[in-house]
Amino acid sequence: MGIEGVGARVARKEDKRFITGAGRYVDDMVVPGMKHAAFVRSPHAHAQIKKIDVKKAQAMPGVIGVLTGKELKADGIGNLICGWMIHSKDGSPMKMGAWSPLAFDRVRYVGDAVVIVVAETKGQARDAAEAVEITYKELKAVVDASKAMDKGAPQIHPEADNNLIFDWDIGNADETAAAFRKAAHVVKMDIINNRLVPNAMEPRAALGHYDKAEDHYTCWTTSQNPHVARLVMSAFYNVAPENKLRVIAPDVGGGFGSKIYIYPEEIVCLWASKKTGVPVKWVADRTESFLTDAHGRDHHTHAEMAFDSDHKILGLKVETKANLGAYMSLFSSATPTYLYATLLSGQYNIPAIHANVKAIYTNTAPVDAYRGAGRPEATFVMERMMETAARQFGVSPAELRRKNFITSFPHQTPVIMCYDAGDYAASLDAAMKASDYAGFAKRKAAAAKKGLLRGIGMSCYIEACGIAPSAAVGSLGAGVGLWESAEVRVNAVGTIEVLTGSHSHGQGHETTFAQLVNERFGVPLDSVSIVHGDTDKVQMGMGTYGSRSGAVGMSAIVKALDKVEAKAKKIAAHLLEADEGDIIIENGALKVAGTDKNVPWFQMALAAYTAHNLPGGMEPGLKETAFYDPSNFTFPAGCYICEVEVDPETGMTEIIQFVAADDFGNIINPMIVEGQVHGGLAQGIGQALLEGAHYDNGGQLLTASFMDYTMPRAGDLPSFKVSTSNTPCPGNPLGIKGCGEAGAIGSPPAVINAITDAIGSNDLAMPASPSTVWAAIRATTKH
Amino acid sequence: MSDVSLMVNGKRVSGAAEDRTLLVHFLRENLGLTGTHVGCDTSQCGACVVHVDGKAVKSCSMLAVQASGSTVVTIEGLANGADLHPVQAAFKEHHGLQCGFCTPGMIMTATDMINRHPEGLDEATVRTELEGNICRCTGYHNIVKAILAASKTMSKGSKGKARQAA
Repeated sequence: MGIEGVGARVARKEDKRFITGAGRYVDDMVVPGMKHAAFVRSPHAHAQIKKIDVKKAQAMPGVIGVLTGKELKADGIGNLICGWMIHSKDGSPMKMGAWSPLAFDRVRYVGDAVVIVVAETKGQARDAAEAVEITYKELKAVVDASKAMDKGAPQIHPEADNNLIFDWDIGNADETAAAFRKAAHVVKMDIINNRLVPNAMEPRAALGHYDKAEDHYTCWTTSQNPHVARLVMSAFYNVAPENKLRVIAPDVGGGFGSKIYIYPEEIVCLWASKKTGVPVKWVADRTESFLTDAHGRDHHTHAEMAFDSDHKILGLKVETKANLGAYMSLFSSATPTYLYATLLSGQYNIPAIHANVKAIYTNTAPVDAYRGAGRPEATFVMERMMETAARQFGVSPAELRRKNFITSFPHQTPVIMCYDAGDYAASLDAAMKASDYAGFAKRKAAAAKKGLLRGIGMSCYIEACGIAPSAAVGSLGAGVGLWESAEVRVNAVGTIEVLTGSHSHGQGHETTFAQLVNERFGVPLDSVSIVHGDTDKVQMGMGTYGSRSGAVGMSAIVKALDKVEAKAKKIAAHLLEADEGDIIIENGALKVAGTDKNVPWFQMALAAYTAHNLPGGMEPGLKETAFYDPSNFTFPAGCYICEVEVDPETGMTEIIQFVAADDFGNIINPMIVEGQVHGGLAQGIGQALLEGAHYDNGGQLLTASFMDYTMPRAGDLPSFKVSTSNTPCPGNPLGIKGCGEAGAIGSPPAVINAITDAIGSNDLAMPASPSTVWAAIRATTKH
Repeated sequence: MSDVSLMVNGKRVSGAAEDRTLLVHFLRENLGLTGTHVGCDTSQCGACVVHVDGKAVKSCSMLAVQASGSTVVTIEGLANGADLHPVQAAFKEHHGLQCGFCTPGMIMTATDMINRHPEGLDEATVRTELEGNICRCTGYHNIVKAILAASKTMSKGSKGKARQAA
């Protein structure tokens, strides 16, 4: 490892522009002639559109165009789709309702887009939007997935009887039933995973520009995967063929999953630009983001776990109702199925598992992947169950887990996944040591003297990253392949550009990806540029989500570097009149091993482009492309321990310490990995203590601003104690597992296990707000 | 429309703005200073913090016309030429930013915080005083570290080197 190579704690290259105010986000983009859009959105959760009158709005100052869904449909713009096909257990395909980018006959959630207004200024667009007169006939709404299938519940889409999208099974029901018949103990729980709003700090935005002379569209958008955006807008939404549509995702201010999906606004801004003849920019305000960004989680689960008399797990039964909201977002069907139920074996040997998932429409914002996507829900079920079992059996939570850990690899679970490598006891030991678990009883006694309830809780999570291989996900219903591409261009003076299909929106790719190049060729980081986020520059890519950019994106770069290295060595061998196999790359030069004969890297590059003296038959130039399709998922895992103090008078919880011991495989930049863990922990702790999206029964979102939805602030969180251990992933050339989501996956059960330990009640909903905790304490002490 | 005239990052600027124009929009749209960001509609997130007459102010909570006659420093005006302000340098060194969207507001808030506490800062104070700035990426861990480090640097008599925010 050099000072800028793999494993080095290198400060980020991209920081300079962000700390000086020179970042370039979509809202910072200005195109000549650009005008501004505002959307008229449904104020009702469920209603028929009887009439749309745009006359007054059209006459408002500065208004350029007021466009409706009927015009959009007449122009052939297609409905939004979900790109992952799930089949119900009876073999029938999922029931996808129509989602028009602008609603024209019916609205299905508060925030559903109905009309776009384009005007000279943002203020004028908003003023005119208020002047659009829409007559609605209100319909009954349902917001709770556990009630949406009840008799008499409103029917949201004609395609989905009883609002049931699919009724899906995984595992083996008979074997699981047999396991339960042998059980000495059965632990049962009803578990709700609370609905969350991702809230990237940069609100979503889109700038659509139709160039009439070229018959070409450009879309600047806040996307985690601009190529997928182009693919979907071209293949399904009929905006424009791919060669006439350029999608650019410049600096993007956080995503957390919510910016994976293609939303109505990008499509409508592009279409409106052609209709009005001006570039059209739309930027969400925060309440619009709350209303229309894809929400996360929202599972209702009943789980039962069977144990033998020695406390070994025999089987697991899980039934989950997943609220997918009013429309199926792009990957919404994958989250509660293949990203959730396939992780229900946790870190444990479980001989038999059966899970059933019902995905259900409600009159709420669409629900899709949010940091962790299914895996936090699975971890919450497993780790609440294990803690509850330990309490029920009167045994140590750590030892119950340890007794059931998977210890040999590869390990095939009953729910598809084949874990490739891990050492779960190592993470458990590291976390217990770092938290001084052994000394907890003393600390609890000391807290009790102050009148405070001290509790400790753990969570041993496993997750799956880098969803792959493409053929396997295709067989499971994915509409896309989940490979990644890279192109390495060595310039004539030896500097290097790496074009990647991954997209950085905070992950630091411009630094870590460059570290790979430095490690391989010794070229300084400053001479390596990472190019991403533009479909005109990078040919194709699948973007960044699911902690895939290390394991998949960087592996693609490695494959391209292999090809560059092979050609560079051929050139050097030719120049040095040596054998190709004797060439090594060291300190920025290609050398004949064991001699002082060498050619500097830049001279080799120049030779590739002057082409005056290349090996016979070799093409000039030095540029290589690779597409990398992994052989398996990767399986990061770890142990988190949370220690809390609860004030019984107020129900206020304070996190005293939070310890994270993760196994991410090999690490490129520890500083960036730690940052990813910190951020994930904050979101997971936010879910456990503070955050919750609440609709009233009529479908109005009650938590639609930062005044109503509690985002974690600095004062809500402690400094974290994080560490990593390493069992390299055997499935990719770098041995990387991925680190982007672990914090959000592993932390909620640790927090809730700690609070329930403190208060002596095992029944506690998230978010564990002071009033919820106080009520739980009262319930245990009064009865 | 009203005339707005103010000093921004050491330069006198003026322009006409609708009476309802917020200072943040005036900075971004009229002056092209897009480093100041808008992350919410309710003055909660702090992405738009700038310094007005030496104090940290959420520029979404002030009309442009109200700021007329004031001296404003934005994130673009914090560094001394090519030399980063110590708070900017500390955010980079300690990985106090990821997506960068909240960062300008964080840095402007932190600079003001450090200036108001020449006696130095502790973690609890930093966390309490960051109440008005939301970050979704970092979990604040490294932001707190960066501010504490910058506070130390700035109190070490490096005043001559580091240009204090106006």
